[in-house]
Amino acid sequence: MLHDLEEIQESIQFLSDWEDKYSYILELGDSLPGIPESDRRPEYLVEGCQSNVWLLTDYDSREDTLSLQMDSDAHIVRGLIAILLTVYSERSPQEILSFGITDFFDELDLLKHLSPIRGNGLRALIQKIRSVASQYHS
Amino acid sequence: MSTFVPPKHDFPLLVNREPIVYLDNAATTQKPEVVINALVGYYAQNNANVHRGVHQISDEATGMFEDARKTVANFLNASTPDQILFTRGTTESLNLVAYTYAPLVLNDKRTVLITEMEHHSNFVPWQLICECMGAKLLAVKVNSDGTLNLDHFRELLRSQRVAIVSITHVSNVLGTINPVREIIDLAHENDAKVVIDGAQAAAHLNINVQDLDCDFYAFSSHKMYGPTGFGVLYGRAELLHEMGPWQGGGEMIKHVSLEKTTFQDPPHKFEAGTPDISGAVGLAAAIEYLAQQQSQGLDEYERHLLSYATESLLEIDGLRVIGTASEKSGALSFLVDGTHPHDLGTLLNEQQVAVRTGHHCAIPLMEALGIPGTVRASFGLYNLKKDVDRLYEALKTAIRILRK
Repeated sequence: MLHDLEEIQESIQFLSDWEDKYSYILELGDSLPGIPESDRRPEYLVEGCQSNVWLLTDYDSREDTLSLQMDSDAHIVRGLIAILLTVYSERSPQEILSFGITDFFDELDLLKHLSPIRGNGLRALIQKIRSVASQYHS
Repeated sequence: MSTFVPPKHDFPLLVNREPIVYLDNAATTQKPEVVINALVGYYAQNNANVHRGVHQISDEATGMFEDARKTVANFLNASTPDQILFTRGTTESLNLVAYTYAPLVLNDKRTVLITEMEHHSNFVPWQLICECMGAKLLAVKVNSDGTLNLDHFRELLRSQRVAIVSITHVSNVLGTINPVREIIDLAHENDAKVVIDGAQAAAHLNINVQDLDCDFYAFSSHKMYGPTGFGVLYGRAELLHEMGPWQGGGEMIKHVSLEKTTFQDPPHKFEAGTPDISGAVGLAAAIEYLAQQQSQGLDEYERHLLSYATESLLEIDGLRVIGTASEKSGALSFLVDGTHPHDLGTLLNEQQVAVRTGHHCAIPLMEALGIPGTVRASFGLYNLKKDVDRLYEALKTAIRILRK
């Protein structure tokens, strides 16, 4: 299921304890639809992530939206992916490219070690999504 | 525990970055003040190019650089300093052997033996050169406890025409100390030369290349408290003379003309261009520092600390140590049931405990053991029992969060 972006922002800002923040991110990870084992094929692996991360994309040209399926074998990364999915899913390539993802995560008040931009493995995933979006962006 | 007192205060980073517990020493070690001062002192007082200046400072720099070579020769108990080549690190040392010695002995009928527990640095250079020469590359199997399968090694020596055996002294993932002495004897009985990757051994074991009777020995400065980007290759004198140069340039030549260039003798034949003079000076300082610590009982302390860490972590429910050889040094790898190594590493980092997670540049080993990766805590001479206790507590917290 998809979460509401504001709900995520509010929850994370409300939780002051680091353990609670992680627990919340792990819960988000549990709710990620994910990708079944059988579909986790090597060609969907995103190179450069510290854990295994898979990405499937599907572009709907009529609606001009890009739908994403993502998963990881690491639980915390799954939680961060769930946030990313809320931001990116069913958006147009234009919206994906113009969204300031770095600022978004900075403002989210995640723990400083946890921001996906700080190299816990999601940087490559974000780059991959943006590069797919730019293929469909006219 | 022995009477050795870990000199944490000799290491400015450890003081400046408190309360971080640094347990990633197999990746790189922190530098003691004496090493930092040696680097600064060299640049502030003695910096000049080596082997070519007529002036006083160049003489001093040359003296310091060649003295460092003698210090390294003593450290390895090499019979002469001209068997010590300076490189950028273990990786470059191993590539040097692969590209200059291996072509002399490899062809489509010969085999290079490595093991399943090699770091990619002792794997990929051999793969590249074997492809080039049409030679075969085979890996000795690792037992499930992380020891080397010596029966498999003997069998390969019998069934193959082995030219080179290249093997790690200590595994960077499992901590296993390989019986290199026995391996070298067996290889020599079969007319194979032996290359030892000492990257994980140099900070922890006493290395004696004459006693081992190895043909090549490689290690890095930065994993033994010296500066980064610097390393060593020991080579047996007669082999170094047989080997052609690798990189061409300044320093390594005797005479250059369009028709023919003649080269210096080893070691300078293999040191093209201006070398890392400060690196040599820094490594010499690190070797002296390490020797002082060893004279105060470091070796015994490190063995105690590793068993203390192993026993402590085994108290944790569902924790499995990867690599349970009786002879181990430096590294402690583990997995915890129902958790991913990357999640554990993230939560340890949040609690200021620095470890490494992942495949540790040893993907073939991960595949042989059938695991995706490990969490690795690796120890240095400044680590205290208290650091192990912090790891233990932080792990328990991490597991509690992940299993909620």
